[in-house]
Amino acid sequence: MSAFIAQHGSELLEKTWQQIYISAISLFLGIIVAVPISVILLKFPKTAKDVIALASMLQTIPALALLAMMIPFFGVGRVPAIIALFLYSLMPIMRNTYVGLTDVNPDTIDSARGLGMTKMQLILKVDIPLAMPVIMSGIRLSAIYVIAWATLASYIGAGGLGDFIFNGLSLYQPDLIFGGTIPVIILALLADYLLGQLEKKLSPKGI
Amino acid sequence: MVEESPMVEFKDVTKIYSKSKQPAVEHISFKINKGEFCCLIGTSGSGKTTLMRMINRMNSVTKGQVLVNGKDVKKFNLVNLRRKIGYVIQNNGLMPHMTIRENIVLVPKLLKWPKEKLNEEAERLIKMAELPESYLDRYPAELSGGQQQRIGVVRALAADQNLILMDEPFGALDPITRESLQNLVQNLQMQLGKTIVFVTHDMDEALKLATKIVVLHDGKLIQVGSPEEILHHPANKFVESLIGEERLSEAKYETVKVKNVMTAPVKINLGASLNDALAMMKERHVDTLLVIDDDNHLKGYISIADLQRKYPHVSSVSDIMLPINATVGPEEYLRDNFSRILSRNGQYIPVVDAERKLIGVVTRASLVNVVYEKIWGEKKPATEELEKKAN
Ligand SMILES: Nc1ncnc2c1ncn2[C@@H]1O[C@H](COP(=O)(O)OP(=O)(O)O)[C@@H](O)[C@H]1O
Ligand SMILES: [Mg+2]
Repeated sequence: MSAFIAQHGSELLEKTWQQIYISAISLFLGIIVAVPISVILLKFPKTAKDVIALASMLQTIPALALLAMMIPFFGVGRVPAIIALFLYSLMPIMRNTYVGLTDVNPDTIDSARGLGMTKMQLILKVDIPLAMPVIMSGIRLSAIYVIAWATLASYIGAGGLGDFIFNGLSLYQPDLIFGGTIPVIILALLADYLLGQLEKKLSPKGI
Repeated sequence: MVEESPMVEFKDVTKIYSKSKQPAVEHISFKINKGEFCCLIGTSGSGKTTLMRMINRMNSVTKGQVLVNGKDVKKFNLVNLRRKIGYVIQNNGLMPHMTIRENIVLVPKLLKWPKEKLNEEAERLIKMAELPESYLDRYPAELSGGQQQRIGVVRALAADQNLILMDEPFGALDPITRESLQNLVQNLQMQLGKTIVFVTHDMDEALKLATKIVVLHDGKLIQVGSPEEILHHPANKFVESLIGEERLSEAKYETVKVKNVMTAPVKINLGASLNDALAMMKERHVDTLLVIDDDNHLKGYISIADLQRKYPHVSSVSDIMLPINATVGPEEYLRDNFSRILSRNGQYIPVVDAERKLIGVVTRASLVNVVYEKIWGEKKPATEELEKKAN
């Protein structure tokens, strides 16, 4: 363990950073796309079904295949990796956001409209706060997926902790495999914990 | 002088929901004046909610016009219109993620009042809701249903709205809580002179609160009137059934007037002889006679006891006449005079008009008939059945 850190310490830091970087950007893009889409879909329940079905389908494509499919369009490197992971992150966020928003008590919405909230105020002050716990659990789920799958991004030259694991596999060096895997697990757990804290902070009291 | 426009006016309003052919309400016209407490009543699905929600444009108007303060609601800015009209619904009208304080000042906050004014308003209104100030920092889930609805009611007043819409606001509460909320609303309405449009399917509630009742059935307007008018002159069988047998017969009894039950008096002229008087008593089987003058003015009465005692010594009715103090007018309600009539020693009470002319009497027997009708209704089904069987 200490030998591994002595030998690969700085590389480990760099790869971990790359992993975080790729995951965070993908997740961030996922959030800023999936949440507004879900809000819009609320107005079109029929389309919503189709869109969510499509997003579910994306999820069933094997991660490695999806990454490979990016190459003809975007070449290799971080960009195609981020695009692929972004696509993956959409589904859990979108489904949870949509469900969370549709589950808001219609009487509450009716009352807010009746008191004179604008559409924007209704979304920002009522819909999203009340759906926040469900939205956040979708984001946590996506975060774990994205961090885990970011490992595969190494396959198309995006770097990250996957580099250790793939090298370990081809060189048959178990310490490299563990050296890559354990930080991924720690990252995933840490992300889940931090997002959990954030969820507590963002979720309104009283519900 | 320009006539003040009504607070709300429906002008031949029809509403057809998209995807439905049947109108939810059709050809509705009526007015709600400032300061009125207007109850919309009808069975479930009669269109009460539909009608009410057209006032703050929660529903669009398909045909006709809805005017608020004389102006077509379509001409208002939607959001401004709603902020000017209080809105209370049956359940969950409070924002569960906001404190009571935030809930109360929701509309003033939308209207961008300064912060101190918001706090002042919250404190003023929680007092009005008769709840402790400490509740301001609680969440709705920490209050009972009745307390939540108290907040719902005062929230509708927070931006000094003059018109308040309430859709079965107390329908989900137990009877005792409901009554205390009804009292709250009634007091607020009387003190503050608000105009209230109140949807209910409960006739007791409507009769208690309303100054104007609008009866709906199958999307049509059946009757508009004061609670008294509805109660005493129901437009048709449907309204009668809404009112209910019991209340109806009670109302009937409530409104029986003296003239409805009075019978012809047995009377004699002041100048008549005691012989005539005696003959009349014999013929009509009575022991007293009412005494009138030539113009039919009631002067007093004579009794057979006095007549027998004084018969040989005096000859005219006026000599043994005694004064009468207790009389009733023909337009007086029987209910107000019941005990007076019964407590009087005699068997009857004379009915006189404004000029004290004798026009009738109310006897104990006629009172018994009224009581009988109230208890058994007009027909006497039980006895008739029995009689049939006996034959
Ligand atoms: N949003 C809606 N879409 C279609 N039909 C509706 C809608 N709301 C109410 N209706 C119909 O309109 C009629 C009147 O309903 P409503 O106004 O809710 O009655 P009430 O409040 O008296 O119970 C009913 O037949 C009901 O089914
Ligand atoms: Mg209704």
